[in-house]
Amino acid sequence: MHFNVFGEKVSRARYREMLNAAKNRRELIAAGLTSRRDLVKMGLLTAGGMLVAKSGLSARAQTLTPGNVNGKSVKTNNPPSSGQNTSPGTNQNCVPGNQLASPATVPFVTPLTVMPLAKTVSSLSPAPTENPNAGAGEVRAAPFQAPLIDPTRFPVVPGTLYQFNQRQFTTSFSPSLPLQTVWGFDDGTGTRSPGPTYQAFYGKPQLTRNINSLPSITEKNNTGFGMASVTTHLHNAHNPSESDGNPCDFYTNGHFCDQYYPNVLAGFNSTNAPNGDIHEALGTLWYHDHRVDFTSQNTYKGLVGFYCLFNQFDTGDETTGFRLPSFPQFDIPLAFADKVFDPDTGQLVFDLFNLDGILGDKFLVNGTIQPFFQVSPRRYRFRLLDTGPSRFYEFFLTGNVGGTSSPTTNPFFLIGTDGNLIPVPIQVNSVRIGPAERVDVVIDFTNFAGQTLYLENRLNQINGQGPVAVDSQLFAQNEPVNTECTQVLGPTTPAIKAAGAGDQVIQFRVTGPKVKDNSLPPSRQKFYSLPTTTDEPRVVRTFKFDRLNGQWSINGQFMDCNTFRFTVQQNSVEHWLLTNLTGDWTHPVHIHLEEHQILNRNRVAPNVPADQGRKDVTQLHPNERVELFFRFRDWLGKYPIHCHNVVHEDHAMMALWHVEPTGDNVQVP
Amino acid sequence: MPDISRRKFVSLAAAAPLAASPLLDGFPVSAAFGKVPPAPPALTLSDKARQRIQKYNLPNISLISHEGKQVHFYDDLVKDKAVTLNFFFANCDEICPLVTANLARVQKLLGRQVGRDIHMYSFTLKPAEDTVSVIWQYRRKFGAGPGWTFFTAKPDDMEKLRRAIGFSYPDPAIDADKTQHIGNVRYGNEPLMLWSACPGMAHAQWIAETLEWMVHPEQNRVQAP
Repeated sequence: MHFNVFGEKVSRARYREMLNAAKNRRELIAAGLTSRRDLVKMGLLTAGGMLVAKSGLSARAQTLTPGNVNGKSVKTNNPPSSGQNTSPGTNQNCVPGNQLASPATVPFVTPLTVMPLAKTVSSLSPAPTENPNAGAGEVRAAPFQAPLIDPTRFPVVPGTLYQFNQRQFTTSFSPSLPLQTVWGFDDGTGTRSPGPTYQAFYGKPQLTRNINSLPSITEKNNTGFGMASVTTHLHNAHNPSESDGNPCDFYTNGHFCDQYYPNVLAGFNSTNAPNGDIHEALGTLWYHDHRVDFTSQNTYKGLVGFYCLFNQFDTGDETTGFRLPSFPQFDIPLAFADKVFDPDTGQLVFDLFNLDGILGDKFLVNGTIQPFFQVSPRRYRFRLLDTGPSRFYEFFLTGNVGGTSSPTTNPFFLIGTDGNLIPVPIQVNSVRIGPAERVDVVIDFTNFAGQTLYLENRLNQINGQGPVAVDSQLFAQNEPVNTECTQVLGPTTPAIKAAGAGDQVIQFRVTGPKVKDNSLPPSRQKFYSLPTTTDEPRVVRTFKFDRLNGQWSINGQFMDCNTFRFTVQQNSVEHWLLTNLTGDWTHPVHIHLEEHQILNRNRVAPNVPADQGRKDVTQLHPNERVELFFRFRDWLGKYPIHCHNVVHEDHAMMALWHVEPTGDNVQVP
Repeated sequence: MPDISRRKFVSLAAAAPLAASPLLDGFPVSAAFGKVPPAPPALTLSDKARQRIQKYNLPNISLISHEGKQVHFYDDLVKDKAVTLNFFFANCDEICPLVTANLARVQKLLGRQVGRDIHMYSFTLKPAEDTVSVIWQYRRKFGAGPGWTFFTAKPDDMEKLRRAIGFSYPDPAIDADKTQHIGNVRYGNEPLMLWSACPGMAHAQWIAETLEWMVHPEQNRVQAP
């Protein structure tokens, strides 16, 4: 019998792997193999200066000044050495500037795109039906659940209808790059990526007909990646499973799925009938493709968008309710994405042969590389979303305010985690988000009239493993998280870069006169309290996120659309233990259907603001055991748990489970 | 009822006519009968993207099959084909036998499609020791059928291939340890640029299903909750 450092039982193979890894590290350290030259000698680094293994892309965006628009693409990288994977985005070396960089682009010349509100349609033809309308080309797993619960509140054809066509289209990411052929959503007003923003309301059920109008792959018009069969997940919605966008139900050109969004609070059909528990109110959701094995490619290709959900408190009107800045004028969704472009053609590329996670060296906000945004000197609410595929961000609000020679860091207010308002706004200097996470913030520009500010990502991440160090108490300060990169970059690689040394991803130009601001200062605001987490769990389940011979696994098993691992009992409480003993990978773990609260990390109650609210993605750091509280209510059916580093997800770090009237007691599913 | 839908799926896939295979999809046949030889068409975005994948990830290295035949990776094995790619070595006692035995199950499930619609390739991680006769015996031991070929190569070439198709680990110490080698099965439809990978130890039934979608991406899938 074998045990790990936590005293938990491990398999013989895993134990051997642990011993091997430890032995290898000890040997490297004992041999003093820490310099670059030593690694070259040992054959671990090629003479060309590239680490033999792929490991980290320097993310410093290549930029040109506006005065040098016609400048040639600056390549700082060395010529690719033979035997090396030189694909941008895969060639993730720890040596800065030593990979094929994307072409240079001029930052802050294009205004930010604020996605328009999704347009409703008056009717759908054929009309939506309770049972899947297979004859008309619908691909849906089951009848709508909501009308079966209450056909009056949830009519099969609700009052709010949308028709979204997913199409291929061309768009510009930057004036420095050629037009790009990507995928997006068309609500009838034209195709865009990110797609149009839904403005949804609690108490107003709605239905979206998601039509696949992407060109069929057999036409040989693929741009190098992407699978034109889709399933659209509404991320974080308290939704019935047939409308959730399950990864295993997908459809191709000419088919559609009617997705029923009841917009109803958790508990409406159980603990808090009939309207649900207001403490479970959701706010910032997003929709994205979830096609099994191809989610990373399809979301990278553009299939993402926002879904903002309002109620009588979070009204979208700054004169009512919580009096948050008015939507959509002063309440702005921002979708972040990092991408790579071919240095020769300037076209968007995706590394198809990567297992670890993909980093881009170009930062897009709402579909534009490094846009600027003109704001008035007043308060704004921003909804920050990390669309992945694999990058974590830590955003600071920096700028040379008042003409200071070095950039200053300016505080702002965190008001929501994963789209859910936290009990009381917290003033912060930065916010960290990982793939699929959201944070809502309020920035007050009142005192910055005439100034220029930036959201600057200062988090050091050099490969798909995750940020170089994590603010977790578990880590001894001298324990290198990315051993192989630490060997190359030295042991002092900071987790957070200095102000001005990170990547400025969006520029705020505070212009114009002072305007009316009816929103309340965050310091005077108070939102929903958190639901209680004291109820005894019916079952405690453990999920070990691991890498077995390069294969991403949960409890030693791999994603399989035909295998359901366990059954949750409807209307019950469970604790889930997420564990990660890999020592060097961070997994943003997402669970569908219900939100959770973090009870503890390594048995210590959460101590950073981002961990204290309601969540649907929890960052599982190296050597961590995180305990989550769940209350499963209302809906039945199938849902997944998965890593939202979508490259890991696509390589089998996902498991399916059920909610049924009677659950099981499988503790290690 | 997953069993029913699975059976239905497999029967549907099997019924798809060979002539409709997207693998054979080239220029329309009639276009070849023009009177004047047309100028070579300008490269489309798709052509360029495909060339880029070839350039970075599909090196045309020289390999020797278990039958002693010399082939080139891109030209002979991958170009215009749907393939599976994985690594093994003969004296590996942990993961390789499990993956190889699992792939043998996958091959049985795919039946006659292997060698016709899907080509399975396994490459040795220890080309210096795994000679043609060694891989021939290894292949026979696991009962690999026609359409599943095993290869060795010059060590430098094999290393180039391993890195190009993403079978390396970011930690050099782990990467150098062959017992921890990557057990994934990469699969791809080269002309359509559909590439992904699945664990070699996933359920054989599921691997077979994902491979069918690579060959027939026009198929839908839906399963009752």
